Amino acid sequence: MIAVIDYGMGNIRSLGNALQRLGAEWRLTADPEIIRSASHVILPGVGNAAEAMANLTERNLPEVLWRLRHPVLGICVGMQVMCRHTEEGDVDGMGIFDAKVRRFTEQPGVKVPHMGWSPLTNMESKLFKGIEKGSYVYFVHSYFAPLCPDTIATSRHPGLFSAALKYENYYGTQFHPEKSGEVGERILRNFLEL
Amino acid sequence: MPAKRIIPCLDVRNGRTVKGINFEGLADVGDPVELGARYAAEGADELVYLDISASKEERSTFTDLVRRIAERINIPFTVGGGISSVEDAARLLEAGADKITVNSAAVSNPQLITDIATRYGRQFVVVAIDAKEIDGVWRVTTHGGSRLTDRELFEWAAEVERRGAGEILFTSMDHDGTRNGYPDETYARLCASLSIPVIASGGAGCVDDIANVLDRGTADAALAASIFHYGEITINSLKRQLSERGIEVRL
Repeated sequence: MIAVIDYGMGNIRSLGNALQRLGAEWRLTADPEIIRSASHVILPGVGNAAEAMANLTERNLPEVLWRLRHPVLGICVGMQVMCRHTEEGDVDGMGIFDAKVRRFTEQPGVKVPHMGWSPLTNMESKLFKGIEKGSYVYFVHSYFAPLCPDTIATSRHPGLFSAALKYENYYGTQFHPEKSGEVGERILRNFLEL
Repeated sequence: MPAKRIIPCLDVRNGRTVKGINFEGLADVGDPVELGARYAAEGADELVYLDISASKEERSTFTDLVRRIAERINIPFTVGGGISSVEDAARLLEAGADKITVNSAAVSNPQLITDIATRYGRQFVVVAIDAKEIDGVWRVTTHGGSRLTDRELFEWAAEVERRGAGEILFTSMDHDGTRNGYPDETYARLCASLSIPVIASGGAGCVDDIANVLDRGTADAALAASIFHYGEITINSLKRQLSERGIEVRL
């Protein structure tokens, strides 16, 4: 059973639908017992990272998430709050990934948010098994994790940033695998097979 | 920059995809979920579903349809048509829509953009602007181009961005349905004046038209309906031809 963390951050319906399409059993929960006994944990997130971190803290979830030994996947803002710090609201995150999240700088020809399909490069993880270099995935974000030792995939807007991060059993994707067509489905399936 | 997006648009009435023929009557072109899934498989980057229902009863059918689309489709999709309150937007978000598009209601009540964006984030709000050029001024219209407003395109687009829109879907009512191409220079000016993406809509008759609005017009995406519905060109073939012209698309 997959535990999808319920912490009042945005719509999880599309993630739930994607898991359903993969035939996976999942549950929306904030219960520490269910989270600990799940086979996989997903931390979704749409919206503001500072609010996301506050909501997690309010529910005492960081200390539950910190101690997990099974695969954990943070998506978009879910990944950002797993980093050390974010410029969005100037708050500290859970500090799982060694990255400080920053805002994209608006400049001529560079739109913020970064919204749309960008190619993945430098993929180095089982998460990307069977995914070709240059495959496109769907992003919607104004903040990004710069390259760091935990980076396991990159993309560009216009400079390189971390499209995915990994530390031990913790994974994070800046893009939305649940909205990234067949490539995204394969990445989700790879995660579920970890 | 992300790849340029190709977005098929499906008009939905009473649970079916329909397409106008020469401004008279509507032809049924299929089940919206199946058609959307086919477009997604052919390489569509997003889908837009517009509810053109006439009655309230038909509207509730649309919410159920959005739920079924969300269950099936694995790429982002936008829904619109008749959204005039935060509650309308909330209902569609809950049903699984990734974005909503507002048009006439935003012109009469600009606060609606602010309210929806504050509540659900700017990525959720696409503001559609229909305009026509009158004596050298691009004037905003509502209700499918039938009502002329006092607003000017570029000022309204700037306000819409300031209020929290995540994207602008601009249609020239002078070009819509003509199949003679888009006003590329107007798109280029609009894109240069904004920091949010602009989707071009209405006017595509051939691959060159789409290539021009993405390249010269610098639009971030192109939305089209009829050229896809009747199979004149497949999305995959269109994207290959755009790629051959040096335009970055997701293949």
